Amino acid sequence: MRAALLETHGLEAFYGDFQALFGIDVAIAPGETIAIIGANGAGKSTFLRAVCGVLAAEPGRIRHRGSAIGGMPPDRIVARGIAMVPEGRRLFSSLSVEENLRIGADVGRQGPWSLERLYRLFPVLAERRRAAPTSLSGGQQQMAAIGRALMTNPELLLCDEVSLGLAPVVIRDLYAALPAIRAEGTAIVVVEQDINQALQVADRVYCFMEGRVTLSGTPKELSREQIRAAYFGM
Amino acid sequence: MTAAIDTVLQGALLGGLYALFAAGLSLIFGIMRLVNIAHGDLIVLAAYIALVVVQATGIGPIESLAVVVPVMFAIGYVLQRGLLNLTLDRGILPPLLVTFGLSIIIQNVLLEGFSADSRKLQAGAFETASLRLGADLAVGWFPLLIFVTAVAVIAGLQALLYRTRLGRAFRAVSDDPEAARFYGVDNRHLFALAMALALAVVSIAAVFLAVRTNFDPAVGPARLLFAFEAVIIGGLGSLWGTLAGGIILGVAQSVGARIDPAWQLLAGHVAFLLVLVMRPRGLFPRAVD
Ligand SMILES: Nc1ncnc2c1ncn2[C@@H]1O[C@H](COP(=O)(O)OP(=O)(O)OP(=O)(O)O)[C@@H](O)[C@H]1O
Ligand SMILES: [Mg+2]
Repeated sequence: MRAALLETHGLEAFYGDFQALFGIDVAIAPGETIAIIGANGAGKSTFLRAVCGVLAAEPGRIRHRGSAIGGMPPDRIVARGIAMVPEGRRLFSSLSVEENLRIGADVGRQGPWSLERLYRLFPVLAERRRAAPTSLSGGQQQMAAIGRALMTNPELLLCDEVSLGLAPVVIRDLYAALPAIRAEGTAIVVVEQDINQALQVADRVYCFMEGRVTLSGTPKELSREQIRAAYFGM
Repeated sequence: MTAAIDTVLQGALLGGLYALFAAGLSLIFGIMRLVNIAHGDLIVLAAYIALVVVQATGIGPIESLAVVVPVMFAIGYVLQRGLLNLTLDRGILPPLLVTFGLSIIIQNVLLEGFSADSRKLQAGAFETASLRLGADLAVGWFPLLIFVTAVAVIAGLQALLYRTRLGRAFRAVSDDPEAARFYGVDNRHLFALAMALALAVVSIAAVFLAVRTNFDPAVGPARLLFAFEAVIIGGLGSLWGTLAGGIILGVAQSVGARIDPAWQLLAGHVAFLLVLVMRPRGLFPRAVD
């Protein structure tokens, strides 16, 4: 593997007294797509939230291009090129679709993504640019949420369950955008409950269970049985 | 007939002052859902700062805004960043208690520093000059200035919120502070800026108040009440609604006072209650909440 874009070593995370992550080691190379799978409550979202700085972490436990970024405030992390598509989309409801996208652009990073470029990737967003996000369909909302993160011109895009609650055809449309994003050299982390979807798109897969990594490898290396054992713990 | 027009006109102009009292409160509530009980006392604090500046330098009250606005802006930033931010995300009670405490502290500090004597700022002949509109109808230049300023301030805040990058960030952080942090919007800094902005507006309201009437350290809570009523009548979080609320309150008070001077405040409260009964969410509630 090339030098890591992002790596975590023994990453732990807490909600008050409750420990949600128990020493996570993950490494992501530039331009790589990895998937994190795991059952409900395994700690997938917690991991992403620690990486983007909204959860406290020891500085040295998360390294971006070699520098310790654990616990750095989120505005500095997004400025370094790590952008989040949060679980549940969380578009800003009193902003129009285009204003939501501009919030991403306001981070001020240079790169390939502009409004024009994004509207070529998701033409339907151009049609609905003035609409309130709540008036969009679920799939369109997810496109806007991905778009908002892309507008920060990230080198690492963290996607938390983008397919949640969407129909299979809509999920297929969303994942169809992935190659264009990868073509810009962007590394991607997809968190998925749908194991097949994850195995299809990822270069490597990590399986989380109860705050620990129980399995990792390329989709080719891993057998169904191994994954089932790592996923359900049986 | 002219008397009726005069009453409504004077009331509407008075409403401009109430809208200025209320604009900061409305902004703060709209952006961070914080009900600032000390808002009225901060108005009075700004009035005393203006008094000190006027006495120390000999400049006029309106000119003193060049000092009072930046000072209150700084106080707002530090107050929010250093104290009030700590009370957010902990339910509705902590911000209420802390700003209530702040209200008492400000009143007592002002009492210590300036005694309970009532004060007033003098703006010279301009205070009483008026513009003749008809045979028996005239409006004072000073109330007119207050009203025009209120419209300009609210138009300015509205433009800031809906036409600028800072305004976009304010609205995003108001919708979802955590999600906003994912995109580099630092909520602590933005909340502090919002309070700074609110207190800059408070300074303008304070100087107008201090020229218009006597003030002393204890008049803050009554200004808070007017501001509250204007905000609620207009609909929470709507700035133009706040202007409408101020005008309705001013007109009601003016009409009440015309009938019997003792009814001035009562008429304002009755108008407030009537709106609350007929339109519980105010006249122009924000569509999304
Ligand atoms: N805000 C919170 N406060 C306290 N505990 C939390 C909080 N968020 C998550 N947890 C707990 O942390 C653990 C990991 O949760 P997390 O949301 O990271 O799981 P997940 O893998 O993303 O699950 P899902 O697939 O349901 O999204 C769970 O036990 C959960 O109950
Ligand atoms: Mg999750």
